[in-house]
Amino acid sequence: MSVVTRRATLGALAMPFVARAAHAATGRVVVIGGGFGGASVARALHAGAPSLQVTLVEAQSTYIACPFSNHVIAGLRPIEAQIFDLSGVGRAGVTVVQAMATGVDPVAKTVSLQGRPTLSYDRLVLSPGVDLNDAALPGYSEAAAQIMPHAWKAGAQTLLLRAQLEAMPDGGVVVMSAPANPYRCPPGPYERASLIAHYLKTRKPRSKLILLDAKDAFSKQKLFQQAWAALYPGLLEWVSLSDGGKVTSVDPANMTLTTDFNVQKADVANVIPPQRAGAIAALAGVADRSGWCPVDPITFASKLQPDIHVIGDAAIAGAMPKSAFAANAQAKVCAAAIIRALDGATPGEPRLLNTCYSLVAPGYGISVAGVYRPVAGVLTDIDGAGGSSPLDAPPDMRAAEAGYGEAWFRAITAEAFG
Amino acid sequence: MRLALFLTGLVLPGLFLPGLCWAMEAPPGASSCSGCHTGASGAGMVSITGRDSSELTATMEAFRSGARPATLMNRLVRGFDPDEVKAIAAWLAVQK
Repeated sequence: MSVVTRRATLGALAMPFVARAAHAATGRVVVIGGGFGGASVARALHAGAPSLQVTLVEAQSTYIACPFSNHVIAGLRPIEAQIFDLSGVGRAGVTVVQAMATGVDPVAKTVSLQGRPTLSYDRLVLSPGVDLNDAALPGYSEAAAQIMPHAWKAGAQTLLLRAQLEAMPDGGVVVMSAPANPYRCPPGPYERASLIAHYLKTRKPRSKLILLDAKDAFSKQKLFQQAWAALYPGLLEWVSLSDGGKVTSVDPANMTLTTDFNVQKADVANVIPPQRAGAIAALAGVADRSGWCPVDPITFASKLQPDIHVIGDAAIAGAMPKSAFAANAQAKVCAAAIIRALDGATPGEPRLLNTCYSLVAPGYGISVAGVYRPVAGVLTDIDGAGGSSPLDAPPDMRAAEAGYGEAWFRAITAEAFG
Repeated sequence: MRLALFLTGLVLPGLFLPGLCWAMEAPPGASSCSGCHTGASGAGMVSITGRDSSELTATMEAFRSGARPATLMNRLVRGFDPDEVKAIAAWLAVQK
């Protein structure tokens, strides 16, 4: 009892917003994935109902955060600032199992692990993030990514892209390719293009960055394009889908990217390929033909396997973007819904927020926000709420938002990992 | 809600009583706030728990009207009507 109380108290201190309700809910909840969504949902489940047995399964010993990893690529931040471990989640009362989940049996309600005993669950939460769908881009593969890094999962790929930029002579051509929707972090390619352009402008000013895009529109587009025109004229060229920007194949041996209209040679190539839900989602039978996971917008229960919930980038969450903040917001709503369901109650209609900051240059930040509610079974933007930073904002607001972005990172990582 | 508030006031911080559901359920949207307002962020994203609920409500309404300058809260508060803002403020007021 005293041990449980101490753990509950620590968990409560570490995650102040989750109601320290002593719910009677009992049962076993297994969470797969130790990123922003998984760490958050595990802690919220324990804090909300300390009588639950909550187990978090994660294959890696540390988590390397993607938000702010573009700063690392541009040499503005050390990779160490991106690294988190799950010891805080363990201290909060969650059992952390470091193992690869190799399968889910939704009928027997078990999770098989590599080299560890099988886990049984009453409810399973999947927060597996994304896998790169290399097959959707001819020429791209894990081996190709060693030559043309994606850097869309932070870590060695982030450092590889940074090293390639550092090794490139002044006057080189950097080519990025951005995928069609949906994918992890909608404004991410454009923040990255901005910060690579900043690196080139300050270190290798005769160089050029070409951003080949499979879209005609993107997140915070007017704000990015305004900043690019002001900060990086002649250095950063965005090629839209309509202008032939869609990359249809890549050739790492020759360092070329092929579009409908052109073969583009690169000195450094950053290929962000199409994506899909992390592999365990398909193994558990919760991914549909799109490769992503349809969910109930009130409980985040899978529409294909009702005792399995899916949150974060893997979920089809309507208007909500695939972002760290969205995963954290979904985690708390999902945890509350699971606790209510195990208590025999029906969860009420939630509302969820998203906030997302991008840096276009040091001291120049922009943001987008959204407020979402379920409408006819789909998470939908509330009219009149959210939206991007104003186009006509003065420089002090851009500087303030750059600072808020850093505060945002400290907050969301403390909230998820403790 | 009144009963929950009353009970919450009686329970000492850090204690919990198994089997007794005394905490208020978070009203819609409230649980998202801690994505920024953990108290760990600094730089203006202040801790907003345990504050007087009418003060919190007034602050959020000032963001809505523009009386208080904001970069992002003015965009978020528009996703809630005044009663929903009050409910969130009342819940935040009793969180640690």
